[in-house]
Amino acid sequence: MQNPQLTNDGELKHLLSIEGLPKRILNQILDTAESFVGVAEREVKKVPLLRGKTVCNLFFENSTRTRTTFEIAAKRLSADVITLNVSTSSQSKGETILDTIDNLTAMHADMFVVRHAQSGAAHMIAKHVAPHISVINAGDGRHAHPTQGLLDVFTIRKYKPEMHNLRVAIVGDVLHSRVARSEIHALTTLGVPEVRVIAPKTLLPQDVEKLGVHVFHDMKEGLKDVDVVMMLRLQNERMAGAMLPSSQEYFKTYGLTPEKLALAKPDAIVMHPGPMNRGVEIDSAVADGSQSVILPQVTYGIAVRMAVMSILAGN
Amino acid sequence: MNLPNAETLFETLTERIKPVINANTAIVGIHSGGAWLAERLLPILGKDLKHGILDVSFYRDDFNERGLHSETKPSQIPFDVQDKHILLIDDVFYTGRTIRAAMNELFDYGRPASITLAVLVNRGGRELPIAPQISAFDTELADSQNLQLLRHENGTFYFTLEENT
Repeated sequence: MQNPQLTNDGELKHLLSIEGLPKRILNQILDTAESFVGVAEREVKKVPLLRGKTVCNLFFENSTRTRTTFEIAAKRLSADVITLNVSTSSQSKGETILDTIDNLTAMHADMFVVRHAQSGAAHMIAKHVAPHISVINAGDGRHAHPTQGLLDVFTIRKYKPEMHNLRVAIVGDVLHSRVARSEIHALTTLGVPEVRVIAPKTLLPQDVEKLGVHVFHDMKEGLKDVDVVMMLRLQNERMAGAMLPSSQEYFKTYGLTPEKLALAKPDAIVMHPGPMNRGVEIDSAVADGSQSVILPQVTYGIAVRMAVMSILAGN
Repeated sequence: MNLPNAETLFETLTERIKPVINANTAIVGIHSGGAWLAERLLPILGKDLKHGILDVSFYRDDFNERGLHSETKPSQIPFDVQDKHILLIDDVFYTGRTIRAAMNELFDYGRPASITLAVLVNRGGRELPIAPQISAFDTELADSQNLQLLRHENGTFYFTLEENT
């Protein structure tokens, strides 16, 4: 079956998931993002690529960082941007998602950026829209968050350019994490030879090894000699269930402290997609420490989203 | 048409550029041919000259038809453009659309005192009120012809002339 993200010529039309995208396209996005990094350092932080285009940010689920960086990215490309927090608008009056999309299309929207709690929401919208419209998945349920995965590998490439020589550990709640899934697909597609996941059994999906990762349950073993530590957010609501005893207990075992980080390579970088729970999955001394690249991740996220939008708009 | 020798033209271009250089000049090469020329010009004109590279992909006027080129390179303007005399370098001047895009991009870095355009070949066919002040060679090529500057591994230049199909 043809990949719904690609045109007949194999170019990117929608960005729904990193899974199934060829290395060529990932590299095209990362290389283009490289060109956008410098735009933010200029007197005029804008390029005219998407002038006259309208980008609709549809957030059916809360987000601050992702929504804001998508909005800034679209504005720096000179697009007109509308951000709708749909949870507080017409959906509460009973309108279906596709009716919302049709109405915005009637207002001549050219691109939709969609965040939704339901896995597959962006796919459904991409199948529905007119051929000139592109859809970007900004996070759907537990499924995927492709621009986060891309900005993470972009950040890694910036600090550790020799991707084919890296050992990367992803730590925490892999089971519920769309970020982890996108990161794993991006890292393996780009040829990172060793991707580890470190988590308690209750926070790992069944058959996680099939994604091509090495599984560890112990931080001391899992962090040994890694170049990159990617922390995941522990969603507080998981505490309510039987998955974990308490946040203190979790921090003791899986929280990233300076002592545990010392097991990684001395020049290892620490990443987190945000929002952070200080004292739950990460110690403040690490989050604010010299090895942390958490804020650069945010900055690079804008360049990566600019790259994705401009590539989609051109295909 | 006999192709001109690119290295001879490069020498001519260098001689024609020398008189316009002053302390407040900055050289900007347009990716990729113009950037190669600027790279070779720099040691001749003075290593201390401010210099940079423009990739005008984000400013092209055919984005809606052609999309983004897969090999976009970062523009690098590591100096303050404000009040500089910019010497803009490109290999082949044709429609003027690349130069229009380059000027738009330059102004997003600041307000230059002036911009002078120098090219290796002016091949005719301009579509905008933009023309090079300095060129090493002027000719008239048909629209069907594609003149390209290329670079040997040792850094020397040569031209190819192809018929577009």
